[in-house]
Amino acid sequence: MDRAAGDPMLTMTGVHTFYGAIEALKGIDLTVATGEIVTLIGANGAGKSTLLMTLCGAPQARYGRIVFEGEDITRLPTCQIVRRGIAQSPEGRRIFPRMTVLENLQLGAITAPASYAEELERVFLLFPRLKERSAQRGGTLSGGEQQMLAIGRALMSRPRLLLLDEPSLGLAPLVIRQIFQVIRDINRDHGMTVFMVEQNAHRALRLAHRAYVMVNGLITLTGTGAGLLANPEVRAAYLEGGH
Amino acid sequence: MNPTTAVTATSRVQTLDWSAALKDAGLAGLVALLLTLPLVGLRTIEVQSRLTVEPHLAEVALTALLVFLGRLGLTLAAAGLARPVLAAATLALAAGWVLPFPTEALRVLMVIGALVVALRALWALHRRHDRLSQQERDRRMDHLGARFQDATRLIGPAAVMLAVALPFLPFADRATLDLGILLLTYIMLGWGLNIVVGLAGLLDLGYVAFYAVGAYSYALLAQTFGFSFWLCLPLAGLLASFAGVMLGFPVLRLRGDYFAIVTLGFGEIVRIILLNWANFTGGPNGIAGIPRPSFFGIADFTAAPEPGRLAFHQLFGLQYTPLHRIIFLYYLILALALLVNLFTLRIRRLPLGRAWEALREDDIACTALGINRTTIKLAAFAIAAMFGGIAGSFFATRQGFISPESFSFIESAIILAIVVLGGMGSQIGVVIATLLVIGLPEVFRDLAQYRMLTFGAGMVLIMLWRPRGLLAHREPTLLLHPRQSAFRRQAEAGGRP
Repeated sequence: MDRAAGDPMLTMTGVHTFYGAIEALKGIDLTVATGEIVTLIGANGAGKSTLLMTLCGAPQARYGRIVFEGEDITRLPTCQIVRRGIAQSPEGRRIFPRMTVLENLQLGAITAPASYAEELERVFLLFPRLKERSAQRGGTLSGGEQQMLAIGRALMSRPRLLLLDEPSLGLAPLVIRQIFQVIRDINRDHGMTVFMVEQNAHRALRLAHRAYVMVNGLITLTGTGAGLLANPEVRAAYLEGGH
Repeated sequence: MNPTTAVTATSRVQTLDWSAALKDAGLAGLVALLLTLPLVGLRTIEVQSRLTVEPHLAEVALTALLVFLGRLGLTLAAAGLARPVLAAATLALAAGWVLPFPTEALRVLMVIGALVVALRALWALHRRHDRLSQQERDRRMDHLGARFQDATRLIGPAAVMLAVALPFLPFADRATLDLGILLLTYIMLGWGLNIVVGLAGLLDLGYVAFYAVGAYSYALLAQTFGFSFWLCLPLAGLLASFAGVMLGFPVLRLRGDYFAIVTLGFGEIVRIILLNWANFTGGPNGIAGIPRPSFFGIADFTAAPEPGRLAFHQLFGLQYTPLHRIIFLYYLILALALLVNLFTLRIRRLPLGRAWEALREDDIACTALGINRTTIKLAAFAIAAMFGGIAGSFFATRQGFISPESFSFIESAIILAIVVLGGMGSQIGVVIATLLVIGLPEVFRDLAQYRMLTFGAGMVLIMLWRPRGLLAHREPTLLLHPRQSAFRRQAEAGGRP
């Protein structure tokens, strides 16, 4: 399970993010190495999604530095960050409801149109369901299919780092298992680095190589997925009762 | 909607709740009473050069009574008493013609009200057996829309051919061609605004500003520097798109309602500048004597050309008629409108058009995909404004006279209504909506003061039956198997909710 960490792909050092006067991130230090699955767990309102959004530059960090593959991306606009090779499957999936599955996927490739056909084939291999539904409008898909589409759309831009914001949100347990299996496959077979924010701590920790625990805008714990899964503090706060 | 209809959906006449029906109708009557009391009931009149208030209580009471009866009729018709209601409504319709009324407006109210109730009763009789839920009805209409969209592959070219042939058809007189030019101008504006509203999903309430910029650009350039129409056309488009970018920058960060309000303000600002900058724009007097377009700079449309110039009829060896210029203008606006249409159809398949549609669907997801919202919003504004400006300079050369009055907010509202009624983003929908919104009031000029009333009623009806516009079905721009028709896809996708 514990793979030797490669070169650091993404590092955040001392990142503070504010919404107006409210400090949502209070100094985050975090690393994601090439080839890893890293997950960030925490309660509602801990700032998990804010952290992910800050990575994408919306909102931008007020203090601190975010470095991706050796380049400081802290002050870059979102569209430029995506073009550097970071793709995001946003919270609540946010697929385009009136567009067909195929059009959704094509929009994912809007920053990398050259590899469109190749990537489309890859996404259809990962999610055969999307191929069946390719002419259907996004809004008519089931929740699980929409999540597949959101991940597939993110993969279309040929990212090196895939950001997932709560991929299990509102899905049935069976569907969650499917989605997590695909995330594992993408990581293992394609060497995709994944950084994932999750509420479903149990599953996320089992999938991830490493994990961070976030409380009130601060990272309080870090370790391997398996290590945190065994940690009594984590068990008490996030795992027991729920599962 | 109300308890009576809900109950009787399952079992009819027996369970009709009279007290609820009466209460409902009474409430409608009360609302009518409250509304008409200050508006109709009290009128100020001048008696011996003094203002006094004259009560018209009979009219108020009659209005409230009519509304009460009408509402009761509607409820009963829906509740299974369609036959008696139909009879009563027909009787009322006939009575409305002959009975003496204090004002004609009341007669109209009674006749139209009775007509509506009668239609509703007929409808209820007709579809006793299949009560459709709103969702089913929507799906059915979507189905119809998809089928229609398939048909547009034929209707579109056929309509273009008809439009091309129109000036040579036997009934094409001056009035028909003028109406055609008017319709095509609005179609062009509708198609132009459709880029911003329909594709990019940005609610622009000030589109007429660009129309005005285009019109004044041509008028001023032609009068001050003597530029020809053909030189001014692209220049006007350029200036208007410049205005579009100027509006675009401040509103980039705004969304939804706030965005709409700022564009509304922009439209008014442009009009007020035109009104007040008198020594440049001519102020409220406008600009008169705007040059007419020539035949591509080769020949003029005059009976007796200036020395050294050629006239159109001389060039082609025809008999002179003033209709030549009208026909030329007609073809000019037809070509310009088709240009906008062609542009939109093409751009939807290009990355920029796709990005616009993505922006309309979900702007946050749009950013997550690496789309630069700033540039695509500005592009949408600039391009739509350019087409608006070109339409504006056509308007100026056609009218020969422009003033700020032609560019009031109501114009923006009408163009927006065309886009929304047609179904946002639908090209053929814009054409149909223009025929309804501009064409019908022109055709029904005989209805005089009731013209706008019927127009308003029509708009309300469309929004009731097709809340997302007449043709809201969106045609995908790419397919895995391109030969499939929209109708079949709909049928297949329809299997799932």
